[in-house]
Amino acid sequence: MRSNRITAKFEKLARTGKKGFIAYITAGDPDLEVTRRLVIEFDRIGVDVVELGVPFSDPLADGIVNQRAAERALKSGTTLQRVLDTVKQIRQDSQVPIILFTYFNPVHHFGLEQFVADALESGVDGALVLDLPPEESKDYKKLMDMKGLCTVYLLAPTSTDDRIDLISRFSTGFVYYVSREGVTGVQEKMVGGVAAVVEKIRSRSGKPVAVGFGIATPSMAAEVASYADAVVVGSAIVQRIEEKGTAPDVIESVSGFVAELVKAVKR
Amino acid sequence: MLPDSGGHFGPYGGKYVPETLMSPLRELEEAYLKYKEDPDFQRELDYYLSEYAGRPTPLFYAERMTQRLGGAKVYLKREDLCHTGAHKINNTIGQALLAKRMGKSRIIAETGAGQHGVATATVAALFGLECEIYMGEEDMRRQALNVFRMRLLGSKVTPVSAGSMTLKDAISEAMRDWVTNVRTTHYILGSVLGAHPYPMMVRDFQKIIGAEARQQILEKEGKLPALLIACVGGGSNAIGLFYEFLKDKEVAMIGVEAGGLGIESGKHAARFAAGELGVLQGCMSFVLQTDDGQIGLTHSVSAGLDYASVGPEHSHLRDMKRVEYTNVTDEEALEGFQLLSNIEGIIPALESAHAVAHAVKIAPKMKQDENIIVNLSGRGDKDVQVASEILAKKR
Repeated sequence: MRSNRITAKFEKLARTGKKGFIAYITAGDPDLEVTRRLVIEFDRIGVDVVELGVPFSDPLADGIVNQRAAERALKSGTTLQRVLDTVKQIRQDSQVPIILFTYFNPVHHFGLEQFVADALESGVDGALVLDLPPEESKDYKKLMDMKGLCTVYLLAPTSTDDRIDLISRFSTGFVYYVSREGVTGVQEKMVGGVAAVVEKIRSRSGKPVAVGFGIATPSMAAEVASYADAVVVGSAIVQRIEEKGTAPDVIESVSGFVAELVKAVKR
Repeated sequence: MLPDSGGHFGPYGGKYVPETLMSPLRELEEAYLKYKEDPDFQRELDYYLSEYAGRPTPLFYAERMTQRLGGAKVYLKREDLCHTGAHKINNTIGQALLAKRMGKSRIIAETGAGQHGVATATVAALFGLECEIYMGEEDMRRQALNVFRMRLLGSKVTPVSAGSMTLKDAISEAMRDWVTNVRTTHYILGSVLGAHPYPMMVRDFQKIIGAEARQQILEKEGKLPALLIACVGGGSNAIGLFYEFLKDKEVAMIGVEAGGLGIESGKHAARFAAGELGVLQGCMSFVLQTDDGQIGLTHSVSAGLDYASVGPEHSHLRDMKRVEYTNVTDEEALEGFQLLSNIEGIIPALESAHAVAHAVKIAPKMKQDENIIVNLSGRGDKDVQVASEILAKKR
């Protein structure tokens, strides 16, 4: 079995004492060619892990920015199959760790076994299925483990200690802490007390902890990087993609912003 | 006993939600299971159901309809006579009492036809709770009268302009609100849908329909009915009527889905006719979806049946062959709507008119000494405008 790119990345970050930066974009927004080019560029400017959102018609955990991104992606003809094909293309140019960020229905409809096999074959390294808690994950978890793909789960401010332990057991690669109660989307400033929770999760789980939801600016990213192992930014990047659309400088413009975030996290 | 401890009815149901909701769902389940057995809670629930909602509702013998159809005797379970005009109030009273005991000061709800929204706004006014209702823009247009009623009752009605602008989009928006305000807010889901414990809890609050009907038909006819018929959107009125009869093997049951413009047109909400196993908004069930696993668009003349998934317990009852599911078209439902208005003086909700329409088809094929109970889940005042527009076009 090949070594997993996500696991290898976090091991390297730990060895070098660096913090990780994770960029989220919705695959196919505005189209899959832009997605391919963005991922390759993100790799070049130092993004550690890319989360690729698989668009879904009913994204109930997403705020308005990502909802609109999913609508654009679906309109451009994006399907789970085509997202996997795009990852395969990306692998010709980049070995950046890639996680699929998805709702369960498209995966279930694709067929769990088929999904896991094709994800591996395409060069995907892991998945985060937003509406699939450990309680409903038995088959999924077994299949992903068998193929050496990371299973990332969310932890939330409402998660009790027993859930922190359960999710830590199920998570491979890293644990993803949702910094606030709510859906994805930018916010003005971080809610208080996140550092203490991150420390608790890290000590209970013994795994790297990434923090996401609501982080919108380089200074917020730097703040979170002071206590978390990795920082996830999504909607703030997606917002810039939305503003640029299919403009010729979309890659340059979006990457410029992402480079600032990377710099803030790595300083 | 179903569901199991994880909320599963066979392969259906469960808890397919983001992590933020897992602890609140557990908290809700624990509170529900505790108060379900609490005599004070039950006493208060019974009090409001009888003194406020007007229970028990009559089981009315539809004599002229029976004569017209020339077969089985047709009885109507008059949920349309409940306060606010539909069975939805049975559930909202229960959940509002629960929310109060859980110390939640704010309630939210989704609504399609507006009946559940009105029933929620009503209990919010009754119990002095802050209330916000999410409703698709398309449904707000179709059900303008109910929008006014909710606002009159002191609730905030928030339009949802995402997706198809109907019930499923309103549910997503309500779930987003709940995720964000989960510590102060209770989400009153209106049907036997969503994540556990909702399908179980809503069923339990609605099973009074069948409990009353069973007693009433035994008093009137001295025997159990041959057949129960109810429309199925999410399926709360249907499970409410069916549940207490499930043990009576001789009682057949039919759930009627929205056939829209016909199954072959693709414009319908007949999950059992054209859906596949899938997950939508918290539970595994039959879901209308595309080849890529996106949720399919639905159509029905009745906003309350216009939903891409169906309550998980119905999927299980179908697998068990305990309940048969069929569908009737918009046109047939409108005929049922007119017929019942004409010969019984009862204007049914367009949702309930689907059940009436199926009774029209099946009663003539049954024996005269057999009885049918049709769940008249709501009254049709809210639908007269939509119906008059459609009927005017046909003339």
